[in-house]
Amino acid sequence: MSAAPPKVLVIDDEPPIRKLLRMGLTTQGYEILEAPNGKTALDLLAQKPDLIILDLGLPDIQGIELLRTIRARNDSVPVVILSSRGDEAGKVAALDLGADDYVTKPFGMDELLARMRAALRHQLQVHGERPVFKVDDLSVDLVRRIVKVRDEEVKLSPKEYDLLRLLVQHAGKVLTHRFLIGELWDDLTDAQYLRVYVRQLRQKIEADPEQPRYILTETGVGYRLRAP
Amino acid sequence: MADQRRDFDQRPSPDALLEAARREESRAGKLRIFVGAAPGVGKTYEMLTTAHARKRDGYDIIIGVVETHGRKETEALVEGLEVVPRKRIDYRGQQLEEMNLDAILTRRPQIVLVDELAHTNAAGSRHPKRYLDVLELLERGIDVYSTINVQHIESLNDVVAQITHVRVRETIPDSVFDRADAVELVDIPPDDLIARLKEGKVYVPKQAERALEHFFSPTNLTALRELALRRTAERVDDQLLTQMQEHAIQGPWAAGERVLVCASEDPRAAGLVRYAKRLADRLHAPWTALSVESRRSAQLTEEERDRIADTLRLATTLGGEAITIPGGDRRIADDLVRYAQANNVTQIIIGKSARSRWFEILHGSVVHDLIRRAGNISVHVIAGEDGDGDPIAKRPAADQTPAFDPFPYAGALLAVAIALGVGELIHPRLGIENVDLVFLTAIVAVAVRFGLWPSLLASVTASLCYNFFFLPPIYTFTIADPTNVAAFVFFIIMAVLVSNVAARVRTQAVTAMARARTTEALYVFSRKLASVGTLDDVLWATAYQTALMLKVRVVILLPENGTIVVKAGYPPEDTLDDADVAAAKWAWQNDRPAGRGSDTLPGAKRLFLPMRTGRGAIGVIGIDSDKPGQLLTPDERRLLDALNDQGALAIERVYLVEDMDRVKRTVEADRLRSALLTSISHDLKTPLASILGAAGTMRDLGGSLSDAQKADLLATIIDESERLNRFIANLLDMTRLESGAIVPNSAPHDLDEIVGSALRRAGKILVRHRIELELAPGLPMLDLDAVLFEQVLFNILDNAAKYAPAGTTIRLQGWRDGGNVCLQILDEGDGIPPDDLERIFDKFYRVQKGDQVRAGTGLGLAISRGLIEAMRGTIGAANRSDRCGAVFTITLPVPTDARRLDTAA
Repeated sequence: MSAAPPKVLVIDDEPPIRKLLRMGLTTQGYEILEAPNGKTALDLLAQKPDLIILDLGLPDIQGIELLRTIRARNDSVPVVILSSRGDEAGKVAALDLGADDYVTKPFGMDELLARMRAALRHQLQVHGERPVFKVDDLSVDLVRRIVKVRDEEVKLSPKEYDLLRLLVQHAGKVLTHRFLIGELWDDLTDAQYLRVYVRQLRQKIEADPEQPRYILTETGVGYRLRAP
Repeated sequence: MADQRRDFDQRPSPDALLEAARREESRAGKLRIFVGAAPGVGKTYEMLTTAHARKRDGYDIIIGVVETHGRKETEALVEGLEVVPRKRIDYRGQQLEEMNLDAILTRRPQIVLVDELAHTNAAGSRHPKRYLDVLELLERGIDVYSTINVQHIESLNDVVAQITHVRVRETIPDSVFDRADAVELVDIPPDDLIARLKEGKVYVPKQAERALEHFFSPTNLTALRELALRRTAERVDDQLLTQMQEHAIQGPWAAGERVLVCASEDPRAAGLVRYAKRLADRLHAPWTALSVESRRSAQLTEEERDRIADTLRLATTLGGEAITIPGGDRRIADDLVRYAQANNVTQIIIGKSARSRWFEILHGSVVHDLIRRAGNISVHVIAGEDGDGDPIAKRPAADQTPAFDPFPYAGALLAVAIALGVGELIHPRLGIENVDLVFLTAIVAVAVRFGLWPSLLASVTASLCYNFFFLPPIYTFTIADPTNVAAFVFFIIMAVLVSNVAARVRTQAVTAMARARTTEALYVFSRKLASVGTLDDVLWATAYQTALMLKVRVVILLPENGTIVVKAGYPPEDTLDDADVAAAKWAWQNDRPAGRGSDTLPGAKRLFLPMRTGRGAIGVIGIDSDKPGQLLTPDERRLLDALNDQGALAIERVYLVEDMDRVKRTVEADRLRSALLTSISHDLKTPLASILGAAGTMRDLGGSLSDAQKADLLATIIDESERLNRFIANLLDMTRLESGAIVPNSAPHDLDEIVGSALRRAGKILVRHRIELELAPGLPMLDLDAVLFEQVLFNILDNAAKYAPAGTTIRLQGWRDGGNVCLQILDEGDGIPPDDLERIFDKFYRVQKGDQVRAGTGLGLAISRGLIEAMRGTIGAANRSDRCGAVFTITLPVPTDARRLDTAA
């Protein structure tokens, strides 16, 4: 873990939002870089931020376009999207293009911070930090492939385990339908199948499958495993 | 005296003012006519000279048509002016050239020169007469210069013919001459004109050379010159009069004169009408042409009826009124006098009787009766010229059967035979006096049943039978007893008289019945139109009724997209050939009849009449029949007008109803919009007020507030902000729904998944209620848009949370019902008033609940319904049957191709 405070690049054209983020993030120990438009953002990319917060509704360049450019230059920096209500298509497009998570405006600071933490953690997790994932009553041992709910082992089919593993590896982050399907199947594109598997998985690990606590539905976008 | 005059009403006459106003502001072109007494005075020359002067002044002036007749001086003047090439028309193998009206209209000059205003155009031109072309040019705002000779003026036609013994056929109506804005008299002394003729400077048609000797005599020319001068002076007089009327100057005109002229089928009637116009002009009085429809009118031939119609039309052209009144059984003279007295007529004009004395003795003379009964009214008896009508073969009138029908005559003979039989029976008992009464009965019966001629046959036959069978010596045709001879003679006389009277009564009855039938048909038609609602029905009814009553083919055209289009017809047909289309368009644009038998485009197959109401023309009706000759008799024309008017009114009514509906919808939309604005302003201000208040308090009183109070204020700020957020979201959803921007992105979903996520999203709102979820296991996947459906559930849960008291349970149930899946949300609040169960889904509708409840936008349920219906489901509200509370039920169809997925993998 780096000792220097993480650098966050905030790309948003509205001064009040930038001010809010500046206040919220600096109190949490983050360092802020601000860009009011795409051009400035691309310039500031040179300073190698650890996380980017990108508003999809920018004035001079489409948020999606900017995301594409950022990803072209830097494949791995986590990006959290600020989107507006009702723009499911935009969210999904951004996520499929490589954004890591999204927050819908108006948002609560706590939600944003949680998503940021999840995105950063993912970065760290890739490098194999913690082998056993635990949240509430659910524990998943990725090395030995054992899933336990309240210390009782749960038998999962291979596909179900793969699905859970993906969710765990990106815990706290939203995973789009398309991403999940792409990872789990070679040729299937119908999200229906995915939903069936999610339902089955919920039946096995959730206390109340109809009001799940672990595998959360992001309506119209995908699924997210609750972060610990 | 002068004081007396000043006491009179000094206001300008309204007609004069109207005329002046129309002149000033009208965009109609101005007409300048160059009038001459005879050909050769130099009208065309004068016109061209004036044209050059205007051109030098800078006006855009072109030549439409100018006849130079080979005269060098005139031809020289044509140089330098733009000439519109003439249109070539093929007529029976001949190439004729006429003025190109359309080219001039397209060119749109300021002034155009049109020579010889009275010229008749070749068949195939838009208008049969050149002056009609000129009228159209004037209507489009183009000024026209034109020329005529004095003999071309309609009302002077007779007078000139009397002077010169040459009757000119090409005339222009007086109204056109009077309409001219400027009249220039081109005048040269007769001697000079004769000199010019000798020099060969005057155009002379070859055929007329013979008559020309007489025409160009000094006396003639002087008379013509005087006529021209006088007529021009009359025009000046008129203009002066109008000016005086405009300025309310009392003039020396005779007050209260009124002229009446009788229009009969007599060929001289046209001359009488012209005389009437001249008399009326001299007296500055209004005048009327009157036609009396007596029982004799039913016996007129086609030609005679046409003549009456033409005479009436001539009267209108000349500026008078044309009236037709039905006659009583009395003499015509009585009808005339009655009308004259009722309308304050002071002068009656009637033609000298041309009948023989014998006829006059038998039938009476209208003229004598009139003179005797006229009282204070002056009667002018005019001897007209001999008629100038072309000999047309006499055709019987349409309502008399042309073919010889033997049936009535056979019936007559039968009746007499029966009478004979009866007579023989009663003869022995009742004597000879009663036998003739039996015969008379038979004759009367025949007269009433069969008409005049069969009854006359019956009379003759009965007389002979009476003589042969009953008068001694019987079985011979001689009569022995002189008293019997007398009786016989009187019998014959009575027979004939009775026949006559009975036949007359019968004819009247037949006419009356026919008229009653027509009226009845019109009445039924009017009732039908009143009951019919749609435009198509109205058009169909009108077309059908017109075709039925007039026995013609009908098309009705209505305006659409700037042009006029066939909308209905009987027999049904929707294509017209080019000539008809042109005629229909012209009739529509100019609000006048066009087509067959009219003044414009007479070559078209159909006659087109504009359908007019008080607000103007709303369509065009076209009629056509295979009958040769005139399309409609004047009677039929009147009937057509009646049907036309009714049809037009019905169409207008349909349009007005549509307009009314549109206005209602607009009013409703406006109402909704203002409700929206009121609602928004209130619902925006309320949470904002809370937010501002709380934040302000935090800032201003922060130091003196406890932590708990601060936390409370902050909670208020956050809650109210979220409420505001939801409200704005609802508004956006409603807007998108209404504009059709919401297209569901449906895919198979599990109900429980969406219910779960909706519950999660509404978590904060439902925090004070218990949630019970009971979804049947194994529910099939449904075709839903997840985001939209989640929104619906959210809205309903939000609603339930508002109206159900804290601590109560909100229950969700789901099950399958045949081809649908049902989801119910039940609460334990007060329920919904039964009247409002449907209205709660209206926009902005909120059940009144007092101030305790935080009001919502009133949009949530409306949006829910819109979204569910977009996903092809239904949503309804009801009250719970087991306890107090509301239940919302959503049903969604199970997709028919639900797939069973293989989940073994």
